[in-house]
Amino acid sequence: MARADEPKIAASSASVSLSPLAINVLWLLVTGFLVIVMQAGFAMVETGLTRSKNVTHTMTMTVAAFALSALAFFAVGFALMYGGAAGDVTGSHGPAPHEVSFRVADHDAGLFGFSGFFLAAPGADGALLAVFFSQAVLVVVAATIPTGAMAERWKFRAFVYFVVFMAAIVYPVFGNWVWGGGWLAQLSLGRGFVDFAGSSVIHLVGGIAAVAGCRVLGPRIGKYNRDGSLNVLLPHSVPLYMAGTMILTFGWFGLIAGRAVVANDLIVGRVATNALVASAAGAVAAMIYMWTLYKKPDPSFICNGLLAGLVAISAPCAFVTPLAAVVIGLIAGVLVVWSVLFLERATRLDDPVGAISIHGINGAWGVLALGLFADGSYREVTGLFHGGGSQLAAQVIGLVACVVWTFIMCWLFFQIVGIFVGNRVGPTTELQGLDVPELGVVGYFNEDPAAAKGSTSRAFAEPRAAAAPPPASENRFSIVIEGTDAATVKVIWNELCQPSDRPSDPDFVAVYPLMTLIKGNRFRFRGGQPDDVRARMERLVSKRLPEKAIRARIET
Amino acid sequence: MKMIVAIIRPEKLEDVQAALNERDVYLMTVSEVRGCGRQRGYAEMYRGTEYKTRLLPKLKIEIAVNDAFVDATMEAIVHAARAGSTGQVGDGKIFVFPLEDCVRIRTGEEGPEAIGP
Repeated sequence: MARADEPKIAASSASVSLSPLAINVLWLLVTGFLVIVMQAGFAMVETGLTRSKNVTHTMTMTVAAFALSALAFFAVGFALMYGGAAGDVTGSHGPAPHEVSFRVADHDAGLFGFSGFFLAAPGADGALLAVFFSQAVLVVVAATIPTGAMAERWKFRAFVYFVVFMAAIVYPVFGNWVWGGGWLAQLSLGRGFVDFAGSSVIHLVGGIAAVAGCRVLGPRIGKYNRDGSLNVLLPHSVPLYMAGTMILTFGWFGLIAGRAVVANDLIVGRVATNALVASAAGAVAAMIYMWTLYKKPDPSFICNGLLAGLVAISAPCAFVTPLAAVVIGLIAGVLVVWSVLFLERATRLDDPVGAISIHGINGAWGVLALGLFADGSYREVTGLFHGGGSQLAAQVIGLVACVVWTFIMCWLFFQIVGIFVGNRVGPTTELQGLDVPELGVVGYFNEDPAAAKGSTSRAFAEPRAAAAPPPASENRFSIVIEGTDAATVKVIWNELCQPSDRPSDPDFVAVYPLMTLIKGNRFRFRGGQPDDVRARMERLVSKRLPEKAIRARIET
Repeated sequence: MKMIVAIIRPEKLEDVQAALNERDVYLMTVSEVRGCGRQRGYAEMYRGTEYKTRLLPKLKIEIAVNDAFVDATMEAIVHAARAGSTGQVGDGKIFVFPLEDCVRIRTGEEGPEAIGP
């Protein structure tokens, strides 16, 4: 049975000369590298939109998600998703060769692959590994999405288990159904369930996982008042989430263009253009909508709208006209605002970065939009508006399957983790901020001025209860200068204190460190030999007033 | 000797400093502070939800002056710190404290001389 995702790479590797294959491998790798950049964007957006006391925790989650999910997908996920045979790029129609499937209506409906664990697949050559690489970076994106929605209260240990589970089981199995030749791709409706660049496989899976996670964790402390009214927990860094949004957008074009699988497929141009106009439309729609509704164009929603447009266009980007892409983006921009407001107010799902609305709601919208707007020009995928109602039916089935599978799996997993580890940090940790209790490092470290001078080794005494300062070890005494008025003495002393090119008077150098302060013509000293200091002071003053009989006397 | 503590709008610091220098008052300590007056902050909107900013950013200027300079200093601050031609809510306040003593750490001078110009 013909599928929407047609074979590409292996076909070219088998029958064509080597150079197109090399180009294709290069294309998969370069676009995959771009997807890695998205991880920086995620880290910045999520951290910028949350509070400064959780900076380390939120950022570490995105970096750790990268590492953990890449390994989990390598060990288990890829085998489940493609049966070790690169699925939609193997060149074989129908389920992957090592597919666990059931027979329905006379054809195999694949459930998951079961070969190639740890990439130990026969024939795992460079081309196959390039496919693995381009897929592994997508898993990372999906696994990172819940970290934003669940930020500021998720126990790090629980997060580690979850990300591994997500990348090893949840994502790959649904991915198999859609991109691995599984039962959704084999649907007899339309061209089967179609998702070009992951509105469902990446974003809806991530968004639904975030819904389950938020439900389990509950809202952050202080988000809701006792009477149910909302509080604003302000984001701590606007520059961070703004820059992060643009970095995420940049990487996104790698994700979308990379799903075209081959560089010499000219659909890449349509894909990139549609993603551009849809994201722009999403940002503009969110901006104008907030502007008219609440008097000011909320900057965080402009960012959310941009990303919502990208999520929504991910599935249909190869199948719709640019004009349809704009419409899809505009709807996505409004949808993300509605969704955030609705989720916060009606469902009490506390999603600090809007991940559920961006990835979940708009992932669903993208899947449906394909069923509505596909114009039949690419792989004969035709939507409702172009006379293909059955494609929309396939999209609805895929959407429901994605939501049900992901939510049930994640919900169950959170329950199990909740029993053994606990999903949420304690209230003390949450109020203090997760950085130090969970990870031991403050995110923004203001250097102690004393430490900057390198004097951290000094040990400070333990405080004691005292009514008066302890007796000083040094002697204290005063020297009174007589024979002239106090003002003159002060002028002389001030001149001595001025910085000068000439070497200071040795008497001044000797007495200065001992001097505490001056009252009139009375100099107070701490430490030193009173007689010596007296003699030096007398010499200092009389040298400068030779015409006067200066006398210094000690007063204790 | 008096200690003059003035709370002003952050954007008025340059004007105030210039006005003080005109009256030969140069020494000051400035810190970033937060505060509120009778209005107790203002309301803003984030993602469609109203929130109150209860404390607004202000600058606190501390100036130690000798008695002869007290009036000139207060006058300079009052005129320079007003927003617009009529002044606005949030322009700030001036507090004057008696100052018991003052020591210039470097020279050990004490009292009015230590404050200096």
